[in-house]
Amino acid sequence: MPEIKLSENTIQLIKNICAEFENKENELINVLHRVQGKLGYLPAEVQEVIAKELNIGVARVYGVVTFYSFFTMIPQGEFPISICMGTACYVRGAEQVLAEFKRQLNVDVGESTNDGKFSINCLRCVGACGLAPVVTVGGKVFGRVAPSQVKEIIAEYTQSNSADEAKSA
Amino acid sequence: MTVLKKQVRIALRNCGVIDPEQIEDAIACDAYFALGKCLTTYSPDEVISEIKTSGLRGRGGGGFPTGLKWEITKNVESDQKYVVCNADEGDPGAFMDRSILEGDPHSVLEAMAICGYCIGANTGLIYIRAEYPLAIQRLKIAIKQAEEYGLLGDDILGSGFDFKIEMRYGAGAFVCGEETALIHSMEGLRGEPTVKPPFPSVSGYLGKPTNVNNVETFANIPVIINKGAKWFSRIGTEKSKGTKVFALAGKINNVGLIEVPMGTTLREVVYEIGGGIVNGKKFKSVQTGGPSGGCLTKDFLDTPIDYDNLVAAGSMMGSGGMIVMDEDDCMVSIAKFYLEFTLEESCGKCNPCRIGNKRLHEILTKITEGNGTVEDIERLKELSDVIKDTSLCGLGQSSPNPVLSTIANFEDEYMAHVKEGKCPAGQCKSLLRYDIVEDLCTGCTLCFRNCPVGAITGERRLPHFIDQSLCIKCGVCFEKCKFDAITLT
Ligand SMILES: Cc1cc2nc3c(=O)[nH]c(=O)nc-3n(C[C@H](O)[C@H](O)[C@H](O)COP(=O)(O)O)c2cc1C
Ligand code: SF4
Ligand code: SF4
Ligand code: SF4
Ligand code: FES
Repeated sequence: MPEIKLSENTIQLIKNICAEFENKENELINVLHRVQGKLGYLPAEVQEVIAKELNIGVARVYGVVTFYSFFTMIPQGEFPISICMGTACYVRGAEQVLAEFKRQLNVDVGESTNDGKFSINCLRCVGACGLAPVVTVGGKVFGRVAPSQVKEIIAEYTQSNSADEAKSA
Repeated sequence: MTVLKKQVRIALRNCGVIDPEQIEDAIACDAYFALGKCLTTYSPDEVISEIKTSGLRGRGGGGFPTGLKWEITKNVESDQKYVVCNADEGDPGAFMDRSILEGDPHSVLEAMAICGYCIGANTGLIYIRAEYPLAIQRLKIAIKQAEEYGLLGDDILGSGFDFKIEMRYGAGAFVCGEETALIHSMEGLRGEPTVKPPFPSVSGYLGKPTNVNNVETFANIPVIINKGAKWFSRIGTEKSKGTKVFALAGKINNVGLIEVPMGTTLREVVYEIGGGIVNGKKFKSVQTGGPSGGCLTKDFLDTPIDYDNLVAAGSMMGSGGMIVMDEDDCMVSIAKFYLEFTLEESCGKCNPCRIGNKRLHEILTKITEGNGTVEDIERLKELSDVIKDTSLCGLGQSSPNPVLSTIANFEDEYMAHVKEGKCPAGQCKSLLRYDIVEDLCTGCTLCFRNCPVGAITGERRLPHFIDQSLCIKCGVCFEKCKFDAITLT
């Protein structure tokens, strides 16, 4: 992974978050939640700062980041696509929907498209089982998605000005 | 009306009735009345005795008697104890706990305080999945309002009893629903389970006695105190008292949360409450207990649902996911689906679970791709038994259940895969083949225009052909053809 140079501001932000939790090591998961909430992801450089602030080894931070699927070391796409793979969605055909997204965007689960626009990941039940199969793009929920609709959904976000789209979505 | 008639609402009593962000609403529906009653008129032992008499068992999956757990935790001497609410709800396709927390958060807060009073704890912790932002927000509001009303915090209702509640967040790991893993996660560690004993009741959060209960378990407590153990224990079966909330989903007409008395039959749930199978298809199976459970066949439709009957049938109650499947669902694929989940969620600490499940998954993949043998089915059973016997925590110990129960109940389907190279449900793609029947094809080009990978060729008005090496078996051509010229074998 290419090295990232964190700006002074970012480092200060991380330090502030750690301080809010009194730099206690057992608050690590809460700290990670907050930092990821601000930065979007947790690259190695960020983990190093956190480790230093909480006075624990980087390996300990890395161990926790990689254990929990909620934490990611890769930046998400501008429009993160999540396909629900909960049981209700699975029996209603989520697998075919996922296959179609992967095919259309030519990326695998956990990856982003080269232009950084889309990333795909899987979720386990978003609690909308009545609408199965469910796909979310950013905060927007699509229900009863058929493989044949995948193209349209992607098109909705690729058209013209993506920033405007995001606002209206 | 049958949809409501068969249901009894205890845990969900206030969901959809009150505004969960207004404590006044909840109080008008008797919230904190039971807490007041306990603090002013009952001793901790009396409350525990009432819970024991009620017969309430844990709703988080295991079914351990709740009153007994409280008593054990109470009897451990310690300067500090904790009450933990398990709101990790990891079973995919289930959302009972989320609905309770979003619809009636005070019922859980009140019950945690009652538990604290009984066992001698002044701190409660709610471990909730980060994927539930609305539930988190509602809990925070509820805690704040309860503190303002003096129903949480110092010297509750002038009784001298202090109880505060804090929130802890999960981060997407199913195994953290297991209580020892949950505790490690709250301590900021990787959520790996540890050997029991010691049980959390003896040594839990930060090494202190910790009483862990599920959201729905807690939601039952105030009602038991208010209406009495006798009233509660009249509902249900001999060994499973009260009601259970299920998340009914899958191929069923009325999808959603239901709360039924223990002892209700699957038939009542599927056909009367659930309104039957979608599109009038044939019922095949109900899966309960999520990745730890099993698939029940139509032979179990008239079995009363309770903890013990489900275990006897090769499944388990679990937290309440109930997925209905029809004739189009391949049971080998379902077993494989659950194993994929297990593989992703296994913490990797012990070998049987980490490696054994991987092997199970490989064998199942082989079978769904048409390369399985009869011996493979024997191997699945053997390996499953070893994994069950030797895994460290409940995740590994129960992970082969979907495999074993599908083999036990749908062996013919496994056999069709390995002996005839056929998937009776038509779901295993590698075993499917789409062909165009020359004599029936009118050359309308509809399939050609719709095939997503360009696997179909042909001239207008002449028969079309499918290039099998390109076909991804999506079935689009099969659906589109108006002349029934495409066959699926
Ligand atoms: C792999 C695994 C996952 C679990 N997930 C949950 C869960 O999501 N929610 C829950 O309440 N209990 C879960 N449990 C059960 C808990 O370990 C524990 O038994 C339960 O929270 C106790 O509460 P109860 O007695 O009120 O059921 C899980 C157990 C295992 C082995
Ligand atoms: S059984 Fe599986 S989840 Fe449980 S401790 Fe072992 S590896 Fe981890
Ligand atoms: S849609 Fe049917 S009839 Fe038309 S070209 Fe295809 S196979 Fe032939
Ligand atoms: S099944 Fe799908 S991929 Fe195969 S020929 Fe038909 S439309 Fe094309
Ligand atoms: S399983 Fe997909 S929303 Fe519940």
